[in-house]
Amino acid sequence: MTDALFFYIFGVLVLGGGIFTITRRNAVHSAISLIVCLIGVAGLYLMQQAEFLFAVQIVLYVGGIMVLFLFVIMLVNLDDAAKQKQFNGQKWIALLCVAAVGAEIFYFMRKGADAFQVAKAPAAAVASQGNTEQIADVLFGQYLLPFEIASVLLLVAVVGSVVMAKKRI
Amino acid sequence: MAPITTAHYLALSAALLLIGTIGVLTRRNIVIILMSIELILNAVNINLIAFSHFWQHVNGQIFAIFVITDAVAEAAVGLGILIALFRNKETVLADEVDLLKW
Repeated sequence: MTDALFFYIFGVLVLGGGIFTITRRNAVHSAISLIVCLIGVAGLYLMQQAEFLFAVQIVLYVGGIMVLFLFVIMLVNLDDAAKQKQFNGQKWIALLCVAAVGAEIFYFMRKGADAFQVAKAPAAAVASQGNTEQIADVLFGQYLLPFEIASVLLLVAVVGSVVMAKKRI
Repeated sequence: MAPITTAHYLALSAALLLIGTIGVLTRRNIVIILMSIELILNAVNINLIAFSHFWQHVNGQIFAIFVITDAVAEAAVGLGILIALFRNKETVLADEVDLLKW
C-alpha cells in the first residue's frame, strides 16, 4: 500500500519534472525541473532496493551533471534565445511520430503486462550481502574489463571537453 | 490501490522516454536538447533497475552504472562543444547552425 503511494508520488515527480524540463522558456527553470525529475528517479531506485545507484544518482547527477549544466547556462548568454521562438518548425510532425511510437509501446506493454508480476521475495542467498557488496563483487570480477574501458572513456571525455572549451588549440 | 508490478515501472520509463524524445525533436535551444538526452538515459536506467529487481540479479544495476558513465561523458563533451559553438557563432539555437545544409 505504501509502496503504491510512494510509486505514484515519485512518478508524478518524474513525469512532471520531465514535462516542465522540455516546456520552460527559461533554461534555469528547465534545469531545476530536471533536478526534480532526477530526484524522483533516485526515489524509484530506492524503492527497488538499488541503494548504491540511489546514492550515485544523487551525488553524480544532481550534484555533478546539473552543476555542470548550470555553469554552462551562466557562461553562455541565453537571454536572446529565451526571447525567440522555442520550438522548431517540425514540431507537429515530431509530435505525431512520437505519438505513433508511444501508442505502439503501450499497446504491446498492455498485451504483455501479465508476464511481469510483482517481483518474488529474494532467495535466502541474496539477502546475506548488501546491495553495494553485491555490485562490487560483480563489477570488479566479471565486469572488470568493461570497468577499465569505462575509465578510459572518461579520460577521453575529460581531454575532449577541455580541448573543446579551450580558446586556441 | 493495485500492487506495483514491473509493468508499472516499464510504463513510467516509456513515458519518460517519450517526453525526452519530444524534447530532442522539438526544442531549438541546445542546452535543453542536452537535458532531454539526460531524460532519455534516465528512462533507460529505470528500465534496467526494474528488470534487475524483477530477476533479483545485480547485472542490471551494473549496466545502469555504465549508462550513467556514458551520460557523464556525453554531457561533458556536449557542453564543451556548446561553449565552442557559442564562441564562434554567438548562438545556442540548433536550427541556426546550418552551415552544412544545402
